[in-house]
Amino acid sequence: MNNSPYFLQPASVQSVMLRVLLALLPGIAIYVWFFGAAVLVQIALASVTALAAEAAMLKARGKPLLMFLGDGSALVTAWLIALTFPPIAPWWLTVIGVLTAIVIAKHLYGGLGQNPFNPAMVAFALMIVAYPSLMSQWPAVGFTDFLPQWNAIFGTRQLDAITMATPLDALRTALHTADARATVAGVLGNDATFGNIGGKGWEWVAAGYFLGGIYLLQQRIITWHMPAAFLATLFLISGGFALYDPTRFVGPSFHLFTGGAMLGAFFIVTDPVSGCTTPRGKLIFAAGIALLTWVIRTFGAYPDGIAFAVLLMNIAAPLIDMYTQPPVFGHKNKRGGPP
Amino acid sequence: MLEALLVMALGAIVLGAALGYAAVRFRVEGDPLVEKIDAILPQTQCGQCGFPGCKPYAQAIAKGEAEINQCPPGGEEGIHKLADLLGREFKPLSAEHGIEKPKSVALINEQTCIGCTLCIQACPVDAIVGAAKQMHTVVASQCTGCELCLPPCPVDCITMEPLAESVETWKWKYPVVRLHPVQKETA
Amino acid sequence: MSALQRLFGFHGGVKPAYHKEASTTAPIAVAPTPTRLVIPLHQSIGGPPRPLVKPGERVLKGQRIGSADGNVSSAVHASTSGTVVAVEMCLMPHTSGLSALCVVIEPDGRDEWIALQAFDYRAATPTQTRDYLRDAGVVGLGGAVFPTYLKLNAGKQGKLETLVLNGAECEPFITCDDVLMRERADAILRGAVIMREMLAAGQVLVGIEDNKPEAVAAMEAAARAVNAASGDDAIRVVAVPTRYPAGGAKQLIRVLTGIEVPHGERSTDYGVQCFNVGTAYAIHEAIELGQPLISRIVTVAGNVGHARNYQVLFGTPMKDLIALCAPLPDSDRVIMGGPMMGFLMPADQVPVVKATNCVLVGSKKLFPPPPPEMPCIRCGECAKVCPADLQPFEMYWFSRARIFGKAQEYNLFDCIECGCCAYVCPSRIPLVDYYRFAKSEIWTREVEKEAADEARERYEFRLLREEREKQEKAAKLAAKTAAGREKAAAAVAEAQKPAVTPEEDAKKALIAAALERVKTQKELVHPENTVDLTPEQQAEVAAIEARRAEIREMAKPHLRQDD
Ligand code: SF4
Ligand code: SF4
Ligand code: SF4
Repeated sequence: MNNSPYFLQPASVQSVMLRVLLALLPGIAIYVWFFGAAVLVQIALASVTALAAEAAMLKARGKPLLMFLGDGSALVTAWLIALTFPPIAPWWLTVIGVLTAIVIAKHLYGGLGQNPFNPAMVAFALMIVAYPSLMSQWPAVGFTDFLPQWNAIFGTRQLDAITMATPLDALRTALHTADARATVAGVLGNDATFGNIGGKGWEWVAAGYFLGGIYLLQQRIITWHMPAAFLATLFLISGGFALYDPTRFVGPSFHLFTGGAMLGAFFIVTDPVSGCTTPRGKLIFAAGIALLTWVIRTFGAYPDGIAFAVLLMNIAAPLIDMYTQPPVFGHKNKRGGPP
Repeated sequence: MLEALLVMALGAIVLGAALGYAAVRFRVEGDPLVEKIDAILPQTQCGQCGFPGCKPYAQAIAKGEAEINQCPPGGEEGIHKLADLLGREFKPLSAEHGIEKPKSVALINEQTCIGCTLCIQACPVDAIVGAAKQMHTVVASQCTGCELCLPPCPVDCITMEPLAESVETWKWKYPVVRLHPVQKETA
Repeated sequence: MSALQRLFGFHGGVKPAYHKEASTTAPIAVAPTPTRLVIPLHQSIGGPPRPLVKPGERVLKGQRIGSADGNVSSAVHASTSGTVVAVEMCLMPHTSGLSALCVVIEPDGRDEWIALQAFDYRAATPTQTRDYLRDAGVVGLGGAVFPTYLKLNAGKQGKLETLVLNGAECEPFITCDDVLMRERADAILRGAVIMREMLAAGQVLVGIEDNKPEAVAAMEAAARAVNAASGDDAIRVVAVPTRYPAGGAKQLIRVLTGIEVPHGERSTDYGVQCFNVGTAYAIHEAIELGQPLISRIVTVAGNVGHARNYQVLFGTPMKDLIALCAPLPDSDRVIMGGPMMGFLMPADQVPVVKATNCVLVGSKKLFPPPPPEMPCIRCGECAKVCPADLQPFEMYWFSRARIFGKAQEYNLFDCIECGCCAYVCPSRIPLVDYYRFAKSEIWTREVEKEAADEARERYEFRLLREEREKQEKAAKLAAKTAAGREKAAAAVAEAQKPAVTPEEDAKKALIAAALERVKTQKELVHPENTVDLTPEQQAEVAAIEARRAEIREMAKPHLRQDD
């Protein structure tokens, strides 16, 4: 017979993960509206692959299958991969990505709760290094015809008609390639009205993720620390540089609403397993990711920097945690140091 | 190319120097090894290891003259700790030196004791009190359970009583990982 | 009154279902005297008391049967008059299922008190009063059973700012303090007044969770009366927000005063001291009525038809108590205490003791077996609710891996085992079990280490002494035989191989002589109790000797040959 406490709150890893998936839905819906249903195919593909890989790995490691398969953590990883990969990425790219995440980044490091790196971001980083061009082809906004997208995923890739670079990518290429003469305004156009803040369509998807994030906050699945620190830092640094030279550095509204910023702020940075756990640690961790994201976006060679930023900060997380231990009851006058 | 090699070499030299400096500058002035080993040994002073006490055994280990698996009272746990301390491989307790027994204390049957003082002389920690021709008693809290007093007793009145677990000394067990029913088939 | 009080919060906490209504509908009832009382001698923190009675002796109600032993200990008394039938090991109300020394009394039904005499604490010195309370067996009745007399010490300053009375009672199901406050508020406050005088406390704050409005009202009425009598408005009743574990002593002190008493430090050094309301009542009984602590209010709740509070004599089997409450047929366990911090009892016949605030009957339906444990996902839920501001998942991680030093660095011993962390953990990890395991491992190790250190010291001392004795002996011997040895050495050196040094040879000669002596002595010496034996006895001895020889033979291969 077990010992006290005999009462347990009806909470489970499964319910946490399911609510995370639920919170992703508004973002996904808007995504489909602007970029077509291809992303749903990717989600399905990633989910099936993830569950299969998870099952195989659990079996190989002699873990109870049903219990862990049902926890939903593999699905969250799968969905995040599907949402960060281009929706018209060829099917094998998604499959390899998911396999990398589940098999290498998760299970080879000990499975649920043990992985030092965010599995979805490991997959994204590896794929973008291995297939940079495939990872930067996004469907043109408004080009939502399902058939060509389906073909792009599963068949012959006649891409030119349907793809374009992401605004972030376009901006980076234009601004920071060797002999660029372009300016921010020149690339983005002057009409920074809503609808074209983070690139057409992008800011609406970001708003959808934001909505989901609010839901997660309300459900107390995540705390405010990470999203707030991430968005604030990104805002401040991009704002500062945009003030300094608005022709070369794009402003905060663009940074916050484009690419994976919102998804990152609420769904990726907040991954509990690989991140910091102390309140101050969370602030530092998320701020660090924002800083690195901005640096990589602005000066790096890859279209979006969140994945690398997250992985870099994952390495630092245990150390940050160690130095930000909150003072325990009765020791509040002493500063928390490394325990 | 050459430049890169030079940079690397330079880096290696600088780092090496820094490490070397740190090793000298911040060397931990720790206990000598013997003390550390002795701190792990259970201080039963029983001699089962083949040395006349824990300290001599510790010295022998430190000098590399003895294996780390010769102390039965220390048991597996003690061997693990020694292995960790010395960076040696764990070995199971060597059978020729004895077996791990539950900790017990000596009990003198006061009806039979003739007061010969032989056990007093044998006790390594002076845990037996009594005078010549007077009944002797073991101070249980000081007895290490080494059993050295058993052989000399001419009337064999000393027995080893295993220490019973009491409400005060009871320990919470390591939580059993609760298995899911489905695992039973695979396990 | 309560409106004036500024309240502080404490970090974390949870709000489990309270289940308190069932046992508060009926007033306190007196539980019938059972046919046998099993009174454990060891009922409080500290050393076990020494038994004062022998089987066959008649005892009176309130007679001391175990006296305090050592600095931290508290006396135990007979709960009713009757005959001591045994002083023996009986099953304890402890999760281990181990036994300890108990006095078993068969009541004679007369319930005859000892001569009761109030104690005039105003005429006595504080030390006398404390000794009196120790001998009256008064201990903390909130569950920690710390001897109360030790806490009635004003500490360095000689006076105290705040005396906190703990009526928060935050654990689900338990209502013994609630009903006690409702029904005996005056007596509680009389006890509080005594404590206040002993501690020279400025104010008395009675903290009660705001889900007990009746208790708050009763206590406020009583406080008004006391304040009117003393004229200084010192006693204030404060309704504190209902949140588990608001009734933890440290948490309540923080809520009421904002002071955080660190682990391992005395709260008097921070100007506060906290007592359970039941303890205040016991002090009133002991000092003003002269009655030692022999009973307490116990809530019987859980899987029973009629949950209720009873005044129970210590030593009453829990089984008898449960039987009064119509237990439901699917009951499968008895828990002492509440569902958050209570302990599983090894059987239902264990006695009610001073620590028993609640006898909780459980069933699979009421307390379903926990779902399987999943790995920790570091979600931080546990840290969010920990009232001690700990990082439970870090402590869990290191306790699980048996890296106890690290667990201690994360302040394992600040954990009050409230169970909040395990309550919220989505991975359903029995976190508190890991802490209990780690704590008892660490304690054991410390005890073992101390024993080893002592043994080492004693051994080294003995070596020193032996060395000294040897030297002294050798000196004497040398003086005695110097001449003779010289002669012998010369002779040997002449006659035998030059390889043997004179000293060696002398030694050999000495050893031979000693051996000779030992031999003759062995023949001469007979154990004292083997002379003048009857033939039968001799035969018996011979038989025993034979058996011993046999055993020695058998044991030989197992024994190490020393020489
Ligand atoms: S075997 Fe006995 S004497 Fe040797 S180290 Fe162990 S306890 Fe000490
Ligand atoms: S609540 Fe449970 S799963 Fe979450 S961090 Fe704490 S121990 Fe880990
Ligand atoms: S049981 Fe200990 S670690 Fe867990 S919440 Fe309570 S005080 Fe904190």
